[in-house]
Amino acid sequence: MSDWKFMARQLVKNPLSLAGIIIITVFVIIAIFAPLIAPTPEGHRDPYMIPRDGYSATPQPPNEEHIFGTTEGQYDIFYGVIWGTRSAFHVGLVVIGVVLAVGIVLGSLAGYFGGVLDEVIMRITDIFLAFPALILAMAIVAALGPSLKSVMIALTVVSWPSYARLIRGDILQVREEDYIEASRGIGASSGRVIIRHVLPNAIYPTLVMASLDIGAVVLAAAALSFLGLGAPEGYADWGQLTSFARNWIVGPSSDPLRYWYAVTIPGLFILFFVLGWNLLGDAFRDILDPRLARR
Amino acid sequence: MGDLIRIRDLAVRFYTYEGVVHAIDDLDLDIRQGETLGIVGETGSGKTMTALAILRLIPYPGKIESGSIVFFDRDLHSEIELLKLSEDKMRSIRGNKISMVFQEPGAALNPVFTIGDQISEVYLLHRRRELGDRAKERVESLLRDGSGVSARVRKPFWRWQRRLYNKIAQESHPFEPRLLSHIPLFKRLLWRLTNEARLLTVDMLKDVEIPDPARVAVQYPHQLSGGMKQRAVIAMALACSPELLIADEPTTSLDVTIQAQMLELFRRIKVEKGASVLFVTHNLGVASEVCDRVAVMYAGRLCEVASVEELFLHPSHPYTRALLDAVPMPGKELQTIPGALADPLNPPPGCRFHPRCPGAMPVCQQEKAKLKEINKDHIVACHLF
Repeated sequence: MSDWKFMARQLVKNPLSLAGIIIITVFVIIAIFAPLIAPTPEGHRDPYMIPRDGYSATPQPPNEEHIFGTTEGQYDIFYGVIWGTRSAFHVGLVVIGVVLAVGIVLGSLAGYFGGVLDEVIMRITDIFLAFPALILAMAIVAALGPSLKSVMIALTVVSWPSYARLIRGDILQVREEDYIEASRGIGASSGRVIIRHVLPNAIYPTLVMASLDIGAVVLAAAALSFLGLGAPEGYADWGQLTSFARNWIVGPSSDPLRYWYAVTIPGLFILFFVLGWNLLGDAFRDILDPRLARR
Repeated sequence: MGDLIRIRDLAVRFYTYEGVVHAIDDLDLDIRQGETLGIVGETGSGKTMTALAILRLIPYPGKIESGSIVFFDRDLHSEIELLKLSEDKMRSIRGNKISMVFQEPGAALNPVFTIGDQISEVYLLHRRRELGDRAKERVESLLRDGSGVSARVRKPFWRWQRRLYNKIAQESHPFEPRLLSHIPLFKRLLWRLTNEARLLTVDMLKDVEIPDPARVAVQYPHQLSGGMKQRAVIAMALACSPELLIADEPTTSLDVTIQAQMLELFRRIKVEKGASVLFVTHNLGVASEVCDRVAVMYAGRLCEVASVEELFLHPSHPYTRALLDAVPMPGKELQTIPGALADPLNPPPGCRFHPRCPGAMPVCQQEKAKLKEINKDHIVACHLF
């Protein structure tokens, strides 16, 4: 149990990682209690579809009824950002989870066994890495048809190769260590050596990168949505909200900041979400590796 | 006593970009039961490779080219050809019947697990049935002595556990526990096995004279001193009472006082456990301390094998003599061996030592010297004899 106490102390000691934890905790709370914070109006079927208040294109400033105002098409911004938190977690965690699983499996096979297997897997990652990530993702979404699911598939396809590479590199280094030889010397099988001895020593950089990348994935998903390649119109998603605000970033020349709320509020949510994961990623690095500090 | 290990015509080659490295050539070596055999030689003479070849752990791109290594299994009372064994069978021998202590105690321990975890692993790999048996007995005593409300509630659970551990203790691959041990959360239900392994681990740590073994068992390698780490590594190697303990320069990275303690420990292990020890070292002083017999290797070939007294009093091979002269002594000028170690890529023809040998003859350049028994238990490979 002292391990847990140690981790907790490490987390709290660094004010930046503490800030990361607080930000992410707030987002988690928002996501969990979304139905209480922004109740779905009666008669509204899908809670993830943002309720709209008319069809006028011009955004309306914050008022009693819509505390963050409404965006193009009279979609309620407050409802959109609150329920959009759920979409953000959904996209980030699922994509990173799948990417980690694929990357770790392929990377450890390539790194540990080497030879032809390594060559084949690494050349495949080379092919994927040869395309600009966002362009490839756009092409995949366009081929599959725009939806949140295609965005997730596209982001998974473009991000697993860097994970496979990273974990392979660390495994190449760890597998030369004496304790790996020693674990084979006590009669452990290859699978056991990889899972029990190699991975726990090689996985930290990957986990840190994963937690940093949750933010990056959400950002990329928002970018795709902004380009109109994401969720269906009206779906609660931060990228979609910024996309609605695309024509309203600058107001009329007499009052350029008239529609500030339309782009700033969803933008701030994205900003804090990504920032929170970045700070948390650094914190993970501090606590996860027993070699770094525990003495 | 009979032979525990009989190595015949062993050849290990490394296929590198620059060419084929003859790491071991035509090696014949016996390890008798209950003896400590030392292998001495310079760096690159093939000492460590001999040790790794017995475990079949030669690293890539090396390969055991030919030869045979016969291991006499005391429990089964039969001889096993290690080089023909399947990888599965070989795994059940590694760490169980033949185990190894590595040179660098710090590097041989996994930095992210506690000492106790790492030693328990050996028991969990090789002594599952015994652990199951011990766990069963513990559950039975709980069933017998348990009284009160909480015991009555838990009794059905204990009965199920008794059945489970009984299965583990009796069959080698029982279905139910095997299924459980593969499902992540249910694995926890077999915690008593881990627990028994922990208890055995603490006993083992006590055996290698680690003070406060229960505390050391929950510490990480970096929290221990070099000597402690080496003791922990030795404990790991001895956990399953192996018949052969291979020690690859176990004292090289330790300071002299700790070295002395380690040598004492090895001597005690040999007497108490009746294990044979293969002691790889480049330190002749250490070899003379612990070994019963010593084998001298040069550039992948065996030069001389003899008992300790015989070798140190009557060294016969010119290389052995040169090595003994090269031991630093106060008041004596250090005699070095002229020349450099034979190039393993292009070894000199004939006897590999002839370019550096003071007594080299024409025949030495052409013919490889055969092993000859010049005295009882004293074998030399040299044309002089």
